[in-house]
Formats: sequence, C-alpha cells, structure tokens
Amino acid sequence: MDIVVCVKRVPETAEADIVIDETGKDIDTRGLVFDINEWDNYAVEEAVLLKEKYGGSVTVVSMGPQESNETLRRALAMGADEAIRLTDPAFSGSDGYAIARILGEAIRPLAYDLILTGVQAEDDGYGQVGPTLAEMLGIGHAAVVNMIERIDGGRARIHRELEGGLEEVLDLELPAVLTIQSGINEPRYVSIMGIRRVAKKEIRVLGLADLALKEDETGEQGSKSVVERVFLPPAGEGAQMLEGSVESLAESVVSILKEKGGLA
Amino acid sequence: MEDIFVLAEHRQGELRDITFEMLTKGKAMAEETGTSLAAVLLGHGVGKMAEQLKDKANRVILVEDPRLETYNSEAYERVLAELLEGENPRLLLIGHTAFGMDLAPSLATRIRVPIATDCIDVTIRDGEVRATRQVYGGKLNVEVRLKPAPQSVITIRPASFTVEEYSLTGEIVTVASPMEEEIVSKRFVEYVEAAAGEVDITQANILVSVGRGIKDQDNIPMVKELADALGAALSCSRPVVDKKWLPKERQVGTSGKTVKPKVYIAIGISGAFQHVAGMKGSGTIIAINKDPKAPIFSVAHYGIVGDLFKIVPALKEKVKEVFA
Repeated sequence: MDIVVCVKRVPETAEADIVIDETGKDIDTRGLVFDINEWDNYAVEEAVLLKEKYGGSVTVVSMGPQESNETLRRALAMGADEAIRLTDPAFSGSDGYAIARILGEAIRPLAYDLILTGVQAEDDGYGQVGPTLAEMLGIGHAAVVNMIERIDGGRARIHRELEGGLEEVLDLELPAVLTIQSGINEPRYVSIMGIRRVAKKEIRVLGLADLALKEDETGEQGSKSVVERVFLPPAGEGAQMLEGSVESLAESVVSILKEKGGLA
Repeated sequence: MEDIFVLAEHRQGELRDITFEMLTKGKAMAEETGTSLAAVLLGHGVGKMAEQLKDKANRVILVEDPRLETYNSEAYERVLAELLEGENPRLLLIGHTAFGMDLAPSLATRIRVPIATDCIDVTIRDGEVRATRQVYGGKLNVEVRLKPAPQSVITIRPASFTVEEYSLTGEIVTVASPMEEEIVSKRFVEYVEAAAGEVDITQANILVSVGRGIKDQDNIPMVKELADALGAALSCSRPVVDKKWLPKERQVGTSGKTVKPKVYIAIGISGAFQHVAGMKGSGTIIAINKDPKAPIFSVAHYGIVGDLFKIVPALKEKVKEVFA
C-alpha cells in the first residue's frame, strides 16, 4: 500500500483578527499562527494507520513556500516516509483547479494505491482539490470519507458521511483519491522531539520545470476562477450585544431565560 | 440555448431541500437573463419526483436508469457529461452537500468547464459568471469571477437561498440513458444510519451547546454543570465530537442533528455554516465567544463577547441562585 497525502499549511483564523491585505484579494497573514490544515492532519494519521496495518509507504506532498516544510516535517514525525514540496513563483494565484493540476503532475510519476486529501482547506474552503485530482489522474474518488473499513483485492470498502447522521458505504477500485473527513481517527500527538528526530530528513523540492507543466497551466493563468476581491460579510441582523461585568452578564442571561420561556 | 440547469438532489426517495433552494435562485436568474430554467433529475423510478419538480422549472429533464438508483459519481458523471454536451446550458447549479462535493469538481474537470464551489450567491453579469464564496470559516467573503466559457458549474451552499412559492408550466422531457456498460469501479453497498444514543437533543427545551472554544475535554464538565442547573441538555459542535469529547448523538449541524429548542446557548462556538444550519431555527439564541467577529453573532439574538471560562461559572451560580 503506497499512499500519497496532500497537505497544506494554513493560518489559524478561528479566533484571530482578520485584516484584508493591500491587494484587497486576501488577508494579511503577518502575526498569524500557521499549522497543518485540520482535515489534512486526519488524512496523514489515516495514511500512517493504513501503513501500519497493510505495510507500504506514505509520501506527503505540499504546495507552498519554504515555511510549508514545517507542515511536511510534522507529517514525517507522524510516520510519513517521504516529503515533497512544490514551489514556484508561477504557482501563485492558483485556484482549486490549478492546485489540483500541480499536485497531479507531482504525483503522476509516483507509485500509489491511494491518495488522501483533507475534505477541504480551512482557509479557502474549496473542497475541490481531491475529486479534481482524481479526474486528472484518471482514477476514481470518494469525497467526505469518515471510515476506511478494509482494503483487499485492489478494492477499498469505505464510508462517506452524508447529512443528518447518515452514511453511505461504497466499494471502490484502487487506486483512488479519498477526501478525509475530520473525526475519522484521533491524530497522534506530535512532540517537538519527534519533529527534531526528522529534522535532517530530505524534503524534495520541485518547481514548474520539474513537473512537465507550462507556465500558463498554473497560477492565475492556469486557473478557472479569479479572485476579484475579498470583503467583510455584511453584518446580518446581528445579535443584541450584552455588556458589563461577569456578574451583570449572568443576570442578563437569566432574565432572558425567564422572558423567552427557557425557564419558568 | 442559454439555460440555467439545476441538478436535483434526492436520497432514499425524497428530493432534498437544496434542490428547491437552487430552483428558486435559478428561476430568478433565468428571469434576469431572459432564459429558461431546467431541473435535471437522474434516478430510477423517480417519476413522482419529476411530477414534484414539474411546476418549479420550465423543463424537467429526466434520465432513468437502474444504474442511477443510488448515487454513484461514475454513473452520474457519464450521464451528465453526455447530457450537458447535448443541451449546452449556460450554468449548472449543484448543491454543496456530500453529494455535490463528491460529484461537481470531477464533473467540471471531465467536461472541461470552470467551477466555483461552496458559493452563497451567483450572478451572470455582462456574460460572466460571478460568485460569492466564504473563506476563513465564514469570516470573509470572496467575489470570484469564472473565466469565460460556454458552460460553468457552481456549487451552492445549503440554506443560501430561501425557497419561494411559484408555479411554472413545466414539461417533463425524458432522455434515454447513454450508459451502456455496468459501473464496476465503484459500487454502492448500503446506507448506514447513526446509532441512536441515550439522549435525544432534538427534544430538549433548552440546549447548552459547546464548541472548540472549550479547549480541553477536562473543561466539558463545567458546561455540563450549567446545563444541569438549567435542566437543559448538553449538545456540541463538530470539533468536540471529532475529538471524541462528546458522542456523535450530541452533535448539532448538517452532519449531526437539526434542533429547534426554545433557547440555544452557544458557548465557544464560532458558527461554521454547517453548525448554523442545524440550530438557526432555535427560538432564542444566546452566543458566548471571545471573538467579536465570530459568525455565530450574526445568527444569535443575544451575544456576549468574553471569556467563557469566567462567564459560564458565574452564569451557573446565578442560575442556581435564582432557580434553585
């Protein structure tokens, strides 16, 4: 079982203040903390678990600047064997389609039975790269996978998460791309010692020239969609904000509970 | 023909809400652009659904094939690729659901047309398709423009459009399935329902719901105490279940339960759309979060920006004092 996992380094923005940058097309990431995309973390863990069960190798691939090495080393510390970073000035401005093409050209010459990606990225949220990659490589796929039940005879028995607590069980021919849903496993803890242990491991760096891609097939030129602008969502009706000391906030909530019928 | 096409989504014999949401939007777009609206229905024995769709579109394009009885991306892609080539619609709308996330990107790649995923709005302006998407967990909106192409695919986030009542004089057009051979690369096996748990959060009058902001499993009992003091049930958002801090039966959201309690107290929940979709029908929503820009505050009725680790214990004490 040779497995390739696509990972992405993303800024943590859930609790951070977001500032639009001077291009008006993205955010200013200065001062933000970066980490592996949450869904990709589950994908790496799943790949390592599969390797432990069925043998084989795990290769992690990431497109991004030098800082993405952190994410790749983290995956190596979790148990991946090889790491590849894809970087080139020509790649900037790539949409989900162009990202899939770049990843696809890097993965094409590798040996793989399975390619895993996260369901989506925390930053751009396309949820598009996995199935697009599968189509480009001419192999099957399944999105939103929350269980890999078993693999045998060149096929996988997997579960896809549907809405409302329903799952769909599929039998799928390999190789295939699976996009991994969060919660499929419990990603192992990565210690600083663990990362230090893999510090000397080589990370292969590939650019446009190594990938048999033309310049106009990547970046904005190679994309099917173009970001025109980013803007703050219009404030909805908005909540009535309660203010004051902790004590008075508690009192306000209690009176709301009385009034709104939550409590007698 | 410059039609707007909506791919009908159905499961276990029922059309899903997203289908009607997209048709409402599609009708408005067809009117604006002076074109017509078609619902595309793929399945087996789905005549009843075709009738349901009949007055919601100018045409219902129906393809029946036993191999379309349950969703299979391979089968769907083959049929749709053929159909879209023949019909040449301007725009195809697909739901950004487990169905659309699986189907739409590979379909668009296969037929070589641009796609924008998880859109909350879409327009055709000066012949160009533009869409609004949300990024960074809903904290920012992005306007994207699709490169010029004869066709485009857009996936629509559920609950982006409100279903409106209207009546069109639709006709059902049956198209023969172009599939010849069996699909062997991918086979549907079965549906599995989530096991019912000991608590039914859909029946609770008050829900105290906890999210990622709780930081650690050891902090869950603090919220449970508040729920107990209120006689409320404890629920949560997805990250809490992913980390196995609470069982799946407690999860509110698209992949969990849809709830409509009288009062919903969201604690440390940012308000990802999948969560909001599951709780926005609640009578009164009170949100506590330290980030004033958290999307939860645009759906909540009352908001508190602050440290939940201070507010929750104080609230618990106050509740005990008043209601004991």
